[in-house]
Amino acid sequence: MRNYEMIFIVRPDVADDDVQKLIAQMEGVVAGAGGKVEKVEKMGRRRLAYRVHKQREGFYVLFYVQGTGDTVKEFERRLKVTDTVIKHLTICTDEILQRAEKFKALRAKQEAKRRKSKPAPAPAAPALPVENAQV
Amino acid sequence: MPSPKEGPPPGDRPARREGPPGGSGGGRKQYFRRRKVCKFCSEKIDVIDYKDARMMGEFVAERGKILPRRLTGTCSTHQRALTEAIKRARNIALLPFAVGG
Repeated sequence: MRNYEMIFIVRPDVADDDVQKLIAQMEGVVAGAGGKVEKVEKMGRRRLAYRVHKQREGFYVLFYVQGTGDTVKEFERRLKVTDTVIKHLTICTDEILQRAEKFKALRAKQEAKRRKSKPAPAPAAPALPVENAQV
Repeated sequence: MPSPKEGPPPGDRPARREGPPGGSGGGRKQYFRRRKVCKFCSEKIDVIDYKDARMMGEFVAERGKILPRRLTGTCSTHQRALTEAIKRARNIALLPFAVGG
């Protein structure tokens, strides 16, 4: 099982109810193909950066899905068949998340090292306010 | 008129980096160049999200091209991730491939 992010754009002239119906339908597709929908996010109506199928706007829908290759295949096939969907993109997020974890671990390590080697206020003082500011 | 030694023209193109830290009294230097740092390192952004078009807009030229590292100061690791994210964003129409004339 892998984590995927599937994003697709629905034509702007589709009613909200129909979008909702489509989302429900796609959730069924994921479940039917052995996947699990983690989260569905409606990113809403946005301006497209370029024209797609003569449309300048689109309704973005984002699925966070856990599944296998077959899940993705079926999902994409359904999107292609659906006329109201003008564009879609699937991304496997495993590597991205892994990399983020690595960065985080590395930073924690460095921070610990810095604190251990130099308890002087010079490096610690600028580090702390930044952290506080972010939190 | 800048002399040929002066380096980059005083336009939009920022210079590569500030001179050696010791040589502050160069005399020839007309404007102070800020040392650029990687935005993602300094702000501790681990995941460069392709859905965040506004953030990526900073790293794209007017025409929609990805800006090189020497202009933005991004570190190589993050530049690679950023490139990937921008290309994904283009694919899903969040960023333009090219801004037409």
